[in-house]
Amino acid sequence: MSNLWPAVEPLLARVQKPARYIGMERGAQAPEHRSDRVSWLLVYPDTYEIGLPNQGLQILYEILNERGDAVAERSYAPWVDMEGELRGAGVPLFSVDTHRHAGRFDVLAFNLSAELVYTNVLNCIDLAGVPVRAEHRRPEDPIVVAGGHCAFNPEPMADFVDAFVIGEGEEVVGEMTEVISAWKRSGRTSREGVLRELAGVPGVYVPAMYEVEYDGPLVREVRPRFADVPARVDKRTVADLADWPYPKNQLVPLVEVVHDRLNVEIFRGCTRGCRFCQAGMITRPVRERPDEQVRTMVREGLRRTGYDEVALTSLSSADFSGVDGLVADLVNKQEGTGCVGLSLPSLRVDAFTVGIASEIQKVRRTGLTFAPEGGTWRIRQVINKLITEEDLYAAVDGAYSQGWRRVKLYFLTGLPTEMDEDTLGIAELARNVVKVGRQYTKHASCTVSLGGFVPKPHTPFQWFGQNGIAELHRKVGLVRTALRKSGAQLRWHDPEATFAEGIASRGDRRIGRVIEHVWREGGTFQEWSERFSVDRWQDAMAACGLDAEWYVTRHRTADEVLPWDHIAAGLHRDFLWQDWQASLQAHGLPDCRWTPCYDCGVCTDYALEHVVASPVAPAGGSQGTGQDLSQGGDMPVEFLTHPSTRPDAATGASERDKQVGAHAG
Amino acid sequence: MRGDQGFPVRLRFAKRGKVRFISHRDVARAFERAFRIERLPLAFTVGFVPRPKVSFGLALSVGHESDAEYLDVELEDAVDLDRWPDTLSAALPEGITVTGAVGLADRAPALQEAVTAVQYRVGVAGADRGEVAVAVEQALSRPTLGTTRTRKGREVVEDVRPALLGMEVRPVHDRDDDGRVVVDLEVSTQPKGTRPTEILAAVGEHLTAERVLRTHQWIERAGARLEPLEADARLRVPEARAS
Repeated sequence: MSNLWPAVEPLLARVQKPARYIGMERGAQAPEHRSDRVSWLLVYPDTYEIGLPNQGLQILYEILNERGDAVAERSYAPWVDMEGELRGAGVPLFSVDTHRHAGRFDVLAFNLSAELVYTNVLNCIDLAGVPVRAEHRRPEDPIVVAGGHCAFNPEPMADFVDAFVIGEGEEVVGEMTEVISAWKRSGRTSREGVLRELAGVPGVYVPAMYEVEYDGPLVREVRPRFADVPARVDKRTVADLADWPYPKNQLVPLVEVVHDRLNVEIFRGCTRGCRFCQAGMITRPVRERPDEQVRTMVREGLRRTGYDEVALTSLSSADFSGVDGLVADLVNKQEGTGCVGLSLPSLRVDAFTVGIASEIQKVRRTGLTFAPEGGTWRIRQVINKLITEEDLYAAVDGAYSQGWRRVKLYFLTGLPTEMDEDTLGIAELARNVVKVGRQYTKHASCTVSLGGFVPKPHTPFQWFGQNGIAELHRKVGLVRTALRKSGAQLRWHDPEATFAEGIASRGDRRIGRVIEHVWREGGTFQEWSERFSVDRWQDAMAACGLDAEWYVTRHRTADEVLPWDHIAAGLHRDFLWQDWQASLQAHGLPDCRWTPCYDCGVCTDYALEHVVASPVAPAGGSQGTGQDLSQGGDMPVEFLTHPSTRPDAATGASERDKQVGAHAG
Repeated sequence: MRGDQGFPVRLRFAKRGKVRFISHRDVARAFERAFRIERLPLAFTVGFVPRPKVSFGLALSVGHESDAEYLDVELEDAVDLDRWPDTLSAALPEGITVTGAVGLADRAPALQEAVTAVQYRVGVAGADRGEVAVAVEQALSRPTLGTTRTRKGREVVEDVRPALLGMEVRPVHDRDDDGRVVVDLEVSTQPKGTRPTEILAAVGEHLTAERVLRTHQWIERAGARLEPLEADARLRVPEARAS
């Protein structure tokens, strides 16, 4: 039976949110499966509401369905209640597009956006009726593929994934389709044969083609098993976003999902150089979409979807060349009702940003979000997030004075070299932000959101020993106590979940058994706090004879082979190590978009260049890029506590990237 | 919906097939998007957050189908209502089909208050036709029909008999697609709505409403039972296809 709908339908009366499983979104496709087409099932290993908006998945869905030799459908992790119904009724995982058996696709492709979804990947493979361990799969089973940011350390998932895609997928999915198509035509005999062919596709890492040799607890080498398998797998990067105006038909879900609006990616990559930020490191260089193409995608997207809100997405949307003109035009020249909302989800902390936000949010100024990440100027130099207190106070003064009442501040704790005065600095900043706000409204509120730092592969902090559970609890407690009666609220991420994330983030191939153990003990949806228990992870580590602290809290040394050293994001190891040493000296590094190249390795090795419309820094970009506070109102002088610490404009330092930012609508 | 400045319009639509699993709120959002896709000249509320002036009738439970859903929307300019049903249906999710549109008389009462009764066709499981017929007959002859509901975490027994206006087992040849016994059910919506599943449970513990289709909504006025498109129409407009 190719259509499982008759078997699925009776189950839907018994589950929460049954519309998660019906598909039917505007933009959904019902492709015709044929023996001469490679069928891809793109699976997002989290709930429908989280997975549906994922742009990477939607881009590949369209690109594959445009090909004559491929079809693509989608699936999402069924929630616990639906999983129970499926298993009870003996119904497998299915696509939402045509309700086809997941195990009948040629490829099951997973998006790995966070480590805590790994157990869901195993669950989805199992629900598809496919052996979870790659070594047990037969020629008739689908090829299990995984991509996304977490694929930059593929080793913890190496036991379960046949082929990883490192980097951007636009081009490589076509090349993989051709290899798999030839295999299908040849009668689909040797699984090893097709995997070896795939290992030859640039950007594809096939873990079964590599042997790991250990040196006690350490990895000595990850070595190809055959001469034709590359010793190092380099990431794929599309040179120019102008060639890839996707998604052209963004899916419009029938139920509410996260980021429920038109999303237009305005650039990819970021060179602000925040040392904790894996996204910024692995997506270099910066590639802006042409201004005119952005406008066309917004205009046509709104017209086609019926959405009344558009987000201009990137890692730091205020850095887009000419962003102010773009925003002004989009807000003021909308056709139709004029009720279109605009949001820039990732913004810098400065007055320029507030100026843009006030342009966007003409009414209903409720909340603005900034991410200073560190509590003192010293620690912000360490992490290379060079926001001065002046920047922050000017931004929040601008916000409160222009009618916003809620400011949300994102911080990390457990950062390298962090001392209690840095942690307590978070509370001090928040107290001062409340004071700024109270000058304008007694309803001013400030929420501090505190996350435990997890060091990520391919960043300068990949050598840093993460803070343990007790230490993170202690630091959260410091901030909590210091914020008493301050008028600021504190929210924090569970240090125990941070610990589990740390196991998988820098784990090696031995962590696969741990992930499988957690999954077998029922540990799915681990990023959902009501489903998470650190005991499962601790027990699994113990059962596998592994020391969790060794993986999580241990500092790595310069000579240590890291489990992901055979995967390349283009960043030279020397560059990362020097940047790590510079960070320990609290030494910042400017953004290379507007300063000379310091040879991180990406552009030179991959023959790429920044694609930016403007060679000069955006107006108002602070720290060595010409700060302009005029749009945000005057700075409250009493808060200029450290005038001497402002970075020198010449040597300047950069400011930051992935601002969780001003959400305007 | 008052027609002081704008042009109020009442739509009837069906909700059939897979799309029955989306909620009342989801349907409302789908219509708002469809209105924007078709660039209909909607009237907006005045205020910090301008919203289109749309009001929906009685909510339909998730999972139930309907041939008789209604909404009122106010436009700034008059439009050709003949074209509306097809145009809007094309912009709506598959399974939501607009089957009629009329201009509303000024000061027509809101759907929520005006509708007094709704009718369902229910595919019943748990008994054969004879047993269902007996249970229905007994239920109709009883002065009260207790059913247990959970209200604020506490179980309370409520009498659904006043809400049960009529119930009839359909002839044998009217079985639904899955061969189930089919029952027509008319339920009062005032002072509050009662779900067909609750009525079925009160009629017989073992009976379950497997497939529910709302077939009509009625506005009772001066003793007459009126269909909502007819009840408050400003001018008669030929109906488009009725599915």
